Amino acid sequence: MTLLNETVVQKVLRRALARGGDFAEIFVEEKATFSASLEDSLVEELASGTSRGAGIRVRFGDTTGFAHTADLSEAGLNRAIEAASSLARGSTSRAAEVAVTPRVFVPLAHEKAIPGSVAKDRKIELLQRLDAAGRGQGAAIRQVNAGYSDSLRRFLVANSDGVFVEEEQVRTRLSISCIALGDTGMQTGYETAAMTMGFELFDDIDVDELAARAANRAIQKLSARPTPSGPMPVVLAGQGGGVLFHEACGHGLEADHILKASSVYAGRVGETVASPLVTLVDDGTVTNQWGTYSHDDEGNPSARNVLIENGVLSDYMWDSTQGSRERRASSGNGRRQSYAHLPMVRMTNTYLMPGRQSPDEIIADTERGIYVAKLGGGQVNTATGDFVFGMTEAYLIENGQITAPLRDANLIGNGPEVLANIDAVADDFTIIPGTCGKDGQSVPVGCGQPTVRITQVTVGGTAGA
Amino acid sequence: MPDLIEIGKSVVGQAKAGEEIEAYLVWERETSIRVYQASVESLTGAESSGIGIRVIRGNRVGVSYAGTLERAEIERALEEARDNSRFASEDPHSGMASPDGVEAPTLDLWRGDILTTPTARKIELAMELERAVKARDSRIRSLNSSNYGDVSVQGAVVNSAGIASYTQQTYCWLWAYALAGTDDETQTGYGMHASRDVAGLDLAFAANEAAEKATRMLGATKPASGLFTVILEPDIASSFLAIAASTLSAEAVQRGRSIFAGRLGEQVASPLVTLVDDPGDPRFFSAAPYDDEGLASRRNVLFQDGILKGFLYDSHTARKDGTSSTGSAIRGGIAGSTTPGPRATMALPGQSSPEQILAVAGDCYLIQSISGIHSGVNPISGDFSVGAEGIRVRGGELAEPVKEFTISSNLQKMLLDVRAVGNDLTFRPGGTAGLTLAIDNVNVSGT
Repeated sequence: MTLLNETVVQKVLRRALARGGDFAEIFVEEKATFSASLEDSLVEELASGTSRGAGIRVRFGDTTGFAHTADLSEAGLNRAIEAASSLARGSTSRAAEVAVTPRVFVPLAHEKAIPGSVAKDRKIELLQRLDAAGRGQGAAIRQVNAGYSDSLRRFLVANSDGVFVEEEQVRTRLSISCIALGDTGMQTGYETAAMTMGFELFDDIDVDELAARAANRAIQKLSARPTPSGPMPVVLAGQGGGVLFHEACGHGLEADHILKASSVYAGRVGETVASPLVTLVDDGTVTNQWGTYSHDDEGNPSARNVLIENGVLSDYMWDSTQGSRERRASSGNGRRQSYAHLPMVRMTNTYLMPGRQSPDEIIADTERGIYVAKLGGGQVNTATGDFVFGMTEAYLIENGQITAPLRDANLIGNGPEVLANIDAVADDFTIIPGTCGKDGQSVPVGCGQPTVRITQVTVGGTAGA
Repeated sequence: MPDLIEIGKSVVGQAKAGEEIEAYLVWERETSIRVYQASVESLTGAESSGIGIRVIRGNRVGVSYAGTLERAEIERALEEARDNSRFASEDPHSGMASPDGVEAPTLDLWRGDILTTPTARKIELAMELERAVKARDSRIRSLNSSNYGDVSVQGAVVNSAGIASYTQQTYCWLWAYALAGTDDETQTGYGMHASRDVAGLDLAFAANEAAEKATRMLGATKPASGLFTVILEPDIASSFLAIAASTLSAEAVQRGRSIFAGRLGEQVASPLVTLVDDPGDPRFFSAAPYDDEGLASRRNVLFQDGILKGFLYDSHTARKDGTSSTGSAIRGGIAGSTTPGPRATMALPGQSSPEQILAVAGDCYLIQSISGIHSGVNPISGDFSVGAEGIRVRGGELAEPVKEFTISSNLQKMLLDVRAVGNDLTFRPGGTAGLTLAIDNVNVSGT
C-alpha cells in the first residue's frame, strides 16, 4: 500500500509551485510505535499508537515555506499547500515541468519480525528476563527498570526535481536501568541495545548479559571514589561509545553551521584539524545500526562520507537545502524527526576508524589518568568548539593499571584541541546507539570509536588532581 | 477549532462495565519564522491535534494515542488501549483522578492577537530583532538566526470518574542567536523574550540579552582549579532548582530513586531556601488551571526554610501512599505517560540584591552559563558536574571572563551550602523562575 498515489503527488507538487518557487516537496509519513516498561517487577502500562501526516515544503531563493497536516484529504493537502507557498512570488512558475516517476521500492530486510506481527507477551517476556537477571546480580540491586520499544516508520517523499522514494524503517530497542544501594548511597547502571531491525534483534543479543552489565556497573560504583578535578590524560574505551567525536567534531561538520560560519571548522577543508591518527566517518549504510537508513528524509540515498582523513578535513555533511546553496549534491544527511518537522543536516552513524595498537598497550603506557569505560550524553557549542560529555563508568589509571572506580562527572574541552591531542588509537571498535537532539528535533544515531587516549582533558570531579 | 470536551465525552461514554476510560485531547496552532541576513529562511505554519487514551480494566492499565481527532482513528486507539491493558500487571493503586472539590484558579492565559496578527507583522518582528542585535554592539559579527514563534494550545481531560477539564493558553516568543568576535575568537549568545500576546513582546530585551551574552565572554580564559563559592545567575539557578524539584516527584521517591526518600521533616537545604511549586501563578509561562489529569492546580510547599515538607503526587502515586493528589500530574504529550512532577517551581526571594551577594562573597565565580546538565547531574546519587562559563569575582568586584571549566559538588550538599538567596525573582520563557543563588564549597575544575 502506497501512502499517497502518484497522481495526487504530482498534483500537489504542481499546485505548490503555481505561485512561483524553485522547489516543492511532499513528505508523507506513517509511524506506529509500541512501548512497554517494567518497574518493581511489575509490567506497567503498555502504550501504542499511530500518527500519519504530510509535510509540504516550497523553496524559492533562500526562503523555505513549510506546512504540515494530519489531514491527507484533498482539502487538507490544499490548506497545507496554501500555507507553505504563501510567501512564494516573483519567479516564473515551474509547475508545468513537474514530473515524478516512482522509484522501485525495496523494503529493508526486516521481514522476519515486523513489530506488529510479534505477540505483545513475547516483548514483555524480555522485560521480565531483564528484571530477573538484573536482580540476580546481588542483593545490592534494589530497583530494576526495564523498557522495550519498537517502531515502524514508512514514508514517501517526492519533489519537483523528480525524486519519488518510499522507505520503511523498523527500529527496536531494549534498555535496563539498575539501582544499587550501599553504605555510600545509591548508584545506577544503565545499558541499552537498539538496532534498525525487527524482533530478530534478540536472536543476537544476550539479554541476560545486558542486564548483568547494567547491574554490575551500579554495584561497582558503590565503592566509587570522588573523581579528580583538573586536566589529565584520559583513555576512552572502545565499547564506551563515540559521543566525544559526535560532539567534539560531528556537529561542527554539519553544513548548516558551516555556511553560517558558526562552526570552528568553517573554511578549513584541506587543512589539518586533528592528530594524524584521526579518520572520522559518518556512515548511514552500516548494516542495521541505530542511525542507519537506505534513504534520508529528502529521498537521497544514505552514504559513507569520510569527514576527516588522517587528520585532514576532507568534507562536511550536507542536506539538499545547504547543498543547493553551494551547488553540490546532498551527502544523504537530510533528516527530520517527523512529517511535522523541516529536514536539516544530521549525523547518521559517526565513528572514528580503528588504529593499530591494542587497548591494553595504551592503558599500560598511561602512568596516571582516567579510564572511561562508558560515556554518557554530551553537548557542544559549534561556534566555539567547546563541549562537555558525561562519564557514567570510569576508573583511575595508576602506573599503567586500571584501579579504583570513580563517581560520575563531566569532562570539558575544546573540539579542535582535543582532536589534536589524540596520541593513541587502538584496534578495537564498537558502535553504540544514541539519540541526537538539534534545534528541538530528536533522531536516532550511532556513535562509534576504538579505544583512544587524549593527552589532556579537563575532568570535572570533586577531588584534588 | 474542535470541541475537545465533546469529543472526549464521546470516547469516555463508551466505557463498558468494570472499565474506566480517560481521554487527553490537544489542539494546537503554531507559527515559526526564522530570519537570516534580512530574508526569511523558513516559515512554518500548521495546526495539529491528537488524543491519548488510558483504559483501566481489572486494575490493569493500557494506553494508546492517535495523531488526529478523526473518529475512525480514535476508535482504533480505544481498542488498542483496551488490548494493551490485558498485558499489564495488576496494580491495586491504579485508577483515574476523581473530582476532589478543589476549585481551579481562574487564569487568563489566552490572547486572541496571536491568531489575528498577520504573518507579515510576525516576519517584520524577526527581521527587526536581527537588525537590533547587530546595532547593539560593533563586535557582533553575525546572527545564526533571528526567530519569531508562537503557539496557541487548547487541551482537555475527560474521564469516566467525572473529570472534564479544559485549558487554553497562548504563548509567543522572539529569540536570536548572535556570534561575536573576530577571526581568532568567536563567542555566542542567546537572547529571548516571551509573552502571552504579540503586543507584549519586548524586542529590545531580547536584542540586549543576545548582544550582551555574545560579547561578554570575549577574551575569556580557562580559570585555575580550586574550591570556591559560586554565584548562579537567575537562569542557572532555575535549572539547578528544577533538578532539585524533580527529585521530589512521589514516583521517584516510591521507586527508591530519590535522595529525599523517607526524609520528610528533615533539614535538607539551607534555612534560606523555601521552595514552592505553584502552577496557578500566572507569572509562570507553564501556568494552567488544571494538571494533566484534570485536577485543579494548587500551591505546594516543597521546602519550608530548608525543611522537607512534601512530595508531588498524581492520583496513582497518591493512592499508593494513602494521600491525595497535589495536582502535579504531567503528561509528555498525547503519546507520553502520566507522572507526577514539578510544574512551576520557584524559590521564594530572599533579602539581598545580586550586588550585595557579590560584595559579601568576595573571591568567587559568577556562573552565567552551564552545559551538559543532562549528562552531568545524577539525580539518584546526587553527583553534580556541569560545564560552565562566567566571570571571576575578586574582592566582590567583577573581574575577567572565564570559560571551559566545570563546577562540581553533590546536589544534596549544594542545597545545604546555599549561603544567599537573591531578591531578584525572574520568570523565564521555559516556564521556570530563578533568582541569584550563592553556593559554597563548589569545585571549579579548569587548568
